[in-house]
Amino acid sequence: MQRQSLVSVSMLFGLCMLAAVGQAQARLTIEVTGGVEGAQPIAIVPFGDVDGARPGVDVANVISADLTRSGRFRAMARREMLALPHRQEDVDFREWQLLGMNNLLIGEVRPAEGGGYDLSWRLFDVFSGDQLAARSLSSTERGLRHAAHRIADQVYEILTGERGVFATRLAYVTSRDRSVDSRVILRVSDSDGYNPQTIVDSAEPILSPAWSPDGRRLAYVSFENRQPSIYIQELATGRRQRVASYEGINGSPAFSPDGRRLAMTLSKDGSPDVYLMDLASGNLTQLTDHYAIDTEPAWSPDGRHLVFTSDRGGRPQIYRVAASGGPAERLTYEGEYNAAASYSPDGQYLVMVTRVGGRFRIALTDAQGGSRRLLSNGALDESPSFAPNGSMVIYASENNGRGVLSVTPIAGGAGQRLSQEVGEVREPAWSPFPR
Amino acid sequence: MSIRWQLSLSVLVLALTGCATPPPPPPAAPSADELDAMGSRPAPGIEATRERSPLDDPASPLYRKVVYFEYDAARIQPQYAGLLRAHADYIYNTPGVEVTLEGHSDERGTREYNLALGDRRSDAVKRFLMAEGVPEKRIRTLSYGEERPADPGRTERAWSENRRVELVY
Repeated sequence: MQRQSLVSVSMLFGLCMLAAVGQAQARLTIEVTGGVEGAQPIAIVPFGDVDGARPGVDVANVISADLTRSGRFRAMARREMLALPHRQEDVDFREWQLLGMNNLLIGEVRPAEGGGYDLSWRLFDVFSGDQLAARSLSSTERGLRHAAHRIADQVYEILTGERGVFATRLAYVTSRDRSVDSRVILRVSDSDGYNPQTIVDSAEPILSPAWSPDGRRLAYVSFENRQPSIYIQELATGRRQRVASYEGINGSPAFSPDGRRLAMTLSKDGSPDVYLMDLASGNLTQLTDHYAIDTEPAWSPDGRHLVFTSDRGGRPQIYRVAASGGPAERLTYEGEYNAAASYSPDGQYLVMVTRVGGRFRIALTDAQGGSRRLLSNGALDESPSFAPNGSMVIYASENNGRGVLSVTPIAGGAGQRLSQEVGEVREPAWSPFPR
Repeated sequence: MSIRWQLSLSVLVLALTGCATPPPPPPAAPSADELDAMGSRPAPGIEATRERSPLDDPASPLYRKVVYFEYDAARIQPQYAGLLRAHADYIYNTPGVEVTLEGHSDERGTREYNLALGDRRSDAVKRFLMAEGVPEKRIRTLSYGEERPADPGRTERAWSENRRVELVY
């Protein structure tokens, strides 16, 4: 038995974060894929800059891009607008009716006392002339894009009944290409690809980023120094902790919904099994014990169960086990390869990788593993996870032989493709809602 | 014992007895790449004065350091038993030698499952070596899963090259 220390093996400061500041903007760009029939027409008028405000961000433009990217809305082009009102009394609803708009958003930006800005906005139903909402929020200069995303989230929720995810973030792994000498970088960006931040940059593989429930930390697997280890890194400070570095695999980290435990795969005792680590004490509990492969644990939203992949039946399938331990129950029977399952935020569904006719595709099932429905059509699709509002799934796929990320809505409709101008992107993980 | 192994042994014995005086300790064994760069003709003055490790000798069974696997399987195929026995004998008989068994998979399927598959493969080789008498403490296993392909191509041939365990000394 190897002697390994558990927690506080090392406390390092992520110098790479400083390096990221001067780095060129290698950001994700997003294109809408598939049909956008039925997208609702909305006019988002440029916000008025009042009292000498000179914001560095075109807030209305960010909101327009967010809503358009969802595929649910079609934002009117500015050059087609006949007037640019930012006060309620200047709005002529007949004009917007003639332009075929359903909704109208206007707003103002003014300097806040003590720096930053106050943003106020109003949303109207163009046909009735009713005001659907009138709200305000404040923002720093640096936080303007985030403030715009938050406005987009609220508009989206008012008009669709579903919480928006524009103010969330994405973690992903990127590299120049698939060659062995290509550096591997773990990044976090806004959901629209802006503000990419390097979390860690390595010559060795990095995989399986997982968000803490408060969105402040990422757990990930890194092979630095040719030793696979699980790290937990605080995003704001770059401070990180190596929590697992045993002989064999140290993989598949997954925070429990209360943030107190980390599920992981270790093979220190022979075969890959699922373990739970209490993060305060570093104590490990072995959750599965089988000579076959057990890996890819994912928590149910209530924290009572975990699903995981096991080939104990000969081929990889999805199993479920109580977080308190006990026997595992097989959930999937359809197909020869089902892996990497995770729950929808409401616990009703599972999304996973499934092999169909030699192709690896993303599938949705109910939480019992039944009623499989295919969500993707690629050959090597993997790493699926839900958006925090449960309406979309993000996964890694390929486009023209290059690794890209894809987003597909569960209910059908327009999807998104997220790619870098140069290089591969993979291993997406959608952050929880901001707190 | 195979004929090839016997031949290699006799080559080794000849090489050893051919040295009139014990060679000075070499500074470091050349890597496989350096050896390739030298070409097939040994550089004069090197071969004569230095004993080459059998690990770097194309005539030695130890020169081959990779075993390959079937899709989604970690069972050692019978054709690799001879190769692994040769390595087990070498490690067992050479004090101080340690080996790292790097397990790999092809890119199909999920990354973490492939990490586990690479682990199962390196573990299978480890068990084989231990059954041949190699002490556990001289073996380290490390799975890279699909992260370090030998051939980044997208063909059956590339995939079969990637489902492997490399013995790294």
